[in-house]
Amino acid sequence: MTTIGLYLPGSSPLHRARAGHKLLVLVVAGAASVFLDEVWQVAVALGIVLVGYGIAGIPLRTALAQLRPLVWVAGFAALFHVVMNGWERAVVVLGVIAVLVLLAALVTLTTRTTDLVDALVVACRPLRRFGVDPERVGLMLALGVRCVPVVVGLAEEVRDAQRARGLGASPRAFVVPLIVRSLRHADALGEALVARGVED
Amino acid sequence: MIEARGVGHAYGDRTVLRDLDVTLTEQRIGVVGANGSGKSTFARMVNGLVLPTRGRVSVDGLDTRSQGRDVRRRVGFCFTDPDAQIVMPTVAEDVAFGLRRRGLSKAEAKARVTDALAAYGLADHADHPAHLLSGGQKQLLALTSVLVTEPALLVMDEPTTLLDLRNARMVSGVVAALPQQVVLVTHHLDLLDGFDRVLVFDEGRVVCDDAPGIAVAHYRSLMGATS
Repeated sequence: MTTIGLYLPGSSPLHRARAGHKLLVLVVAGAASVFLDEVWQVAVALGIVLVGYGIAGIPLRTALAQLRPLVWVAGFAALFHVVMNGWERAVVVLGVIAVLVLLAALVTLTTRTTDLVDALVVACRPLRRFGVDPERVGLMLALGVRCVPVVVGLAEEVRDAQRARGLGASPRAFVVPLIVRSLRHADALGEALVARGVED
Repeated sequence: MIEARGVGHAYGDRTVLRDLDVTLTEQRIGVVGANGSGKSTFARMVNGLVLPTRGRVSVDGLDTRSQGRDVRRRVGFCFTDPDAQIVMPTVAEDVAFGLRRRGLSKAEAKARVTDALAAYGLADHADHPAHLLSGGQKQLLALTSVLVTEPALLVMDEPTTLLDLRNARMVSGVVAALPQQVVLVTHHLDLLDGFDRVLVFDEGRVVCDDAPGIAVAHYRSLMGATS
């Protein structure tokens, strides 16, 4: 199921572009997105991002799948803006969110995590004088990416256990064991990192 | 060579290991025992993940307390749950992770990763997300990521407990072919056939230390007697 944003091997120009450059584009696009104010501007931005997907050779279905987790948040935001500011504003706001999420996903879909980590480590190097360990920041990013499917897996286990015991959809019976399992996983992961020589 | 001298360990006031004195030089060493018998704690002592509260443990003469870093470079450790051990999102990246900071060039590291993936049958999965592998493949990946660093000694803590019989056999087949000294903690007693020496732990002590046939028989009668 969760194939969201995970690297798809390929040889397109976007795949070959340097991770640092792609991250930089993402940051600039994020900052510039506040200037998108008209529906046509958003449409152009969306078009550009979709062309990017075309260049990378990523099927439209995979692109749309990147937006699926947004449905709930976007639904509420849309309702709010339609009621408060009219449909045009709603289209702009949701469009900008969609553009940025699609762009971010395009970066992670065409870049190996290792390369992203390396780019981040290089970018964080100047922070060393403030006591930041760039390698550690990079490791945090890698672990973050890796933990998404793991926690989704834990959540599925908890939900199955809940169903097996006929506990219906009690939020507390879901959240508490999920947190406990996640913390235990974190402990085990810490131990594994030490065993693999991260602390040395 | 692993040496434990006068080793004891307690978590708070709960003693989990006591009076442990062993010298392990054999190529294949099995460790069995009930849950909570201290065998996992012992396994973790071999690479300094757990430091004994009494006595000392050394590997090839290196003390796990004062030379933990050197010990961990010599000792690879494989955990029960591969999900906790896989750090990077895709297969090849996870194998490469152990080689970071080893002073290898990118090309060298890549070659070693490719060789390791091929050696353990994961070559076709190099760019796959780790979470889409089967349980057996995940454990194989965890093992590959450890072996790529070429440890002199491999400690495995119940590596097959979460696996079905076929995958358990596959992992044990890989382990059997390794040139390294192996310490295998397991509940799959048939994996110990052909081992050189088996330690049986019970309530924090080694109660039997013998050839697999005798040790496993002792363990079976121990478990039968207490149930």
